[in-house]
Amino acid sequence: MSSPDTSAPETAGRSWIGGLRNQVQQLFAFLGLILIFIVFSIAQPQVFPTYSNITGNILFSAVVIGLLSLGATLIIITGGIDLSVGTGMTLCAVMAATFMVTWHLPVWLGLILTLLFGALLGFVNGTNVAILGLPPFIATLAMMLVAQGLALVISNAAPIYFDATGAHAAFIWLSTGNLIPGVKFPNAVLVFLLAAVVAYVLLNKTLLGRYDISIGSNVEATALSGIDTRKWLIIIYATAGLFTALGGIMISARLGSAQPATGAGYELQAIAAVVIGGTSLSGGKGTIVGTVIGALIIAVINNGLQIMSVRQEWQNVILGLVILIVVFIDQFRSRRLASS
Amino acid sequence: MTAVETAPTSSAHDPGLLLQVEGVDKTFPGVKALEGMRFDLRKGEVLGLVGENGAGKSTLMKLLTGIYTREAGEFWLRGEPLSVHTPKEAPEAGLSIIHQELNLVPHLTVAENIWLGREPVSGGFFTRPGEQVRQTRALLERLGMRIDAKALVSGLSVAQQQMVEIAKALSFEATKVLIMDEPTAALNDAEVDQLHELIRRFITPETGVVYISHRMGELRRIADRITVIRDGRYIDTMPMAETSMDQVISKMVGRAINTEARPENVRDARPIVLSVTGLSTKALLKDVSFDLHRGEVLGFAGLMGAGRTEVARAIVGADPITSGQIMLNSNPVTIHSPARAADLGIGYLSEDRKRLGLMLPLSVAHNIAISSMGTKFTSGPFVKDKAMREAAEASRKLLNIKTPSVNQLVKYLSGGNQQKAIIARWLVKDCDILIFDEPTRGIDVGAKEEIYQLLNKLAEQGKSIIMISSELPEVLRMSHRIVVMADGHITGILRADEADQESIMRLATHGADTISTSETEKAEQ
Repeated sequence: MSSPDTSAPETAGRSWIGGLRNQVQQLFAFLGLILIFIVFSIAQPQVFPTYSNITGNILFSAVVIGLLSLGATLIIITGGIDLSVGTGMTLCAVMAATFMVTWHLPVWLGLILTLLFGALLGFVNGTNVAILGLPPFIATLAMMLVAQGLALVISNAAPIYFDATGAHAAFIWLSTGNLIPGVKFPNAVLVFLLAAVVAYVLLNKTLLGRYDISIGSNVEATALSGIDTRKWLIIIYATAGLFTALGGIMISARLGSAQPATGAGYELQAIAAVVIGGTSLSGGKGTIVGTVIGALIIAVINNGLQIMSVRQEWQNVILGLVILIVVFIDQFRSRRLASS
Repeated sequence: MTAVETAPTSSAHDPGLLLQVEGVDKTFPGVKALEGMRFDLRKGEVLGLVGENGAGKSTLMKLLTGIYTREAGEFWLRGEPLSVHTPKEAPEAGLSIIHQELNLVPHLTVAENIWLGREPVSGGFFTRPGEQVRQTRALLERLGMRIDAKALVSGLSVAQQQMVEIAKALSFEATKVLIMDEPTAALNDAEVDQLHELIRRFITPETGVVYISHRMGELRRIADRITVIRDGRYIDTMPMAETSMDQVISKMVGRAINTEARPENVRDARPIVLSVTGLSTKALLKDVSFDLHRGEVLGFAGLMGAGRTEVARAIVGADPITSGQIMLNSNPVTIHSPARAADLGIGYLSEDRKRLGLMLPLSVAHNIAISSMGTKFTSGPFVKDKAMREAAEASRKLLNIKTPSVNQLVKYLSGGNQQKAIIARWLVKDCDILIFDEPTRGIDVGAKEEIYQLLNKLAEQGKSIIMISSELPEVLRMSHRIVVMADGHITGILRADEADQESIMRLATHGADTISTSETEKAEQ
């Protein structure tokens, strides 16, 4: 009966089957992205596949959804959900403007405070979920409303404008400037890529990531294994809050103002990006690369349909269908994999 | 083993009997749950049905209600063959069963629960709530139950819910036979009396009750005859009045006791590593005290629901305690969470491997390393994957975990190998105190033997082990001393040399009665 070590390939950290599955899934998502891109390129060859459209519009709009979806990925892997990322982002933007415009704090300090504020929102979410035991859906739904209201109250329901050429030039540069001289490649995209690398490392190389996946696989077993799951859930929600704050910073820097009445709806796009990227809503499984691809798919669809002058209402219909198709294909494949 | 009579093949059904079960077989993958099972219920009697955990009582009930289908055998109800395929058919034919776990919908009222699926309607569609309440009140009054027909079930006590279940069973006009599976598990003495009163009122020359219980005192009071089953087989039926409890118990555990390998030297002279004093919880435990010595295997025996798992969970901080003191190497400690317990070197292997033990979709390596990740397998902020895999690999060799690789997902391992992976988790964590809750549940014989040897080896090396088990031969074989529990109490602690199946069973069942008396006293104060 004893089976000698029929040594399996030593893939980094993950089991080989799991690793393979994730890779296949990412490959599917990536091929989907390419396919959609080609379709739009054929439909609008003059406008869509141009450098300025790709960097200036598609990537730029992928940044905000992408940043939000990075945090959402960490939370969804625990088996939770975060509905507060959209309005939370708006509240963070308003806070950034409050710090820098109303309080005249230097940009660097404003940035740090904004990030901390985002972490605080996440901390509150995490506490409500882990300590008070509220379902994540409810806890973050409440936070979504609270953040939406606070953003309007703090800003008196009016946009707060940054001084784009004076005191806040560096802030604006963070999003629209070009770090690489002579190349028109917006910094916002670099910030997003950097954030994605950080999220990747967090998920794959640190305790946070291991416990994240472990909690999502079986929270009770993880707790009985001696992991302080409540503490780690709070840390994970707070970390996601950092990404939300970064989203708020990038969107207000791009617009040159904090717009308190926007933001609602972003949470659903972020969740859609995560789901399209193959992260399971039941937890325990998900990748950052998938989420980045998911964010790009959404950005490409939004942009392509806009260029084709498809009405906003129809854009939503098409996005909804894409989510259905992608998730159906994924589940269909996992079921086949599970039964084989 | 006593001779098991084979069921007569001819249709020997007797119209004078209320319910007759003959030659019933039921097999689950790898287990023969019932083999030639039979019993009969006479008109106008209460029949006690007893057997150890896993003897097949619940399987039998599920066959009678049509939840399972039998492979062989016959049921006769009042001389008529009874064939049930769905849970609705048995009550309509006159056989009502009250299951151990209550099957009420908490957010509906008493009346709605009783008539669920049979609501009085007009025009085939519109419910008639007034009529429903009227019928319920009449029913409750007839049964002498003082329960509000309009009360929500969620607001009732467990005893009242039990009453509602009975009312529901009796609301079927046809009901002649009532089967009750551990009906008093959650009741105190006064409530038990009330239940017995109801049963006596139900009994007429045309009706009968099958009363499944392991509380001997209660059976003595209510039952006319008692049928013992063991390992899925019929053993014997005796008139209650002429039968001693010892007779029943020895028939329950059987004679085939395997005592080949019992621990020789009792180790209670060695230093105490864990001392528990006066441990109580809100739900169940009352004043649990015991010591665990270095290198000792301390067995925990008791019937289902006796509180053994609750003791383990309370010690590792998985459930809150209301009072009690835990000393670790003579130092008082407070353990609020399993994380704290793990830090103190106490590892808990849960009885429910899949739900509470494993991260099924993750790798063997992850499942082994999880408890030590934060302390052993990090450098700076990063996780050391290689060190983790190496440690898992070393465990795999040490414990002979059969898997092609530690990167394999743990869900693809057999039960025994999964169990070894969890044991490895606590060994990698360097725990000195190991609490194993049903360590051999659902694993095959070969793997069982390996786990036994592993536990012996660990104890030999100086680890201290608490082993909770529902299998008496296993407890006897492994334990230096045996703690017996009943209804949240410790009813006795036996040394290996003075313990046998009967002495344990006596403590496990005697206890149940003494306890319910003391509970009533408390309630009356």
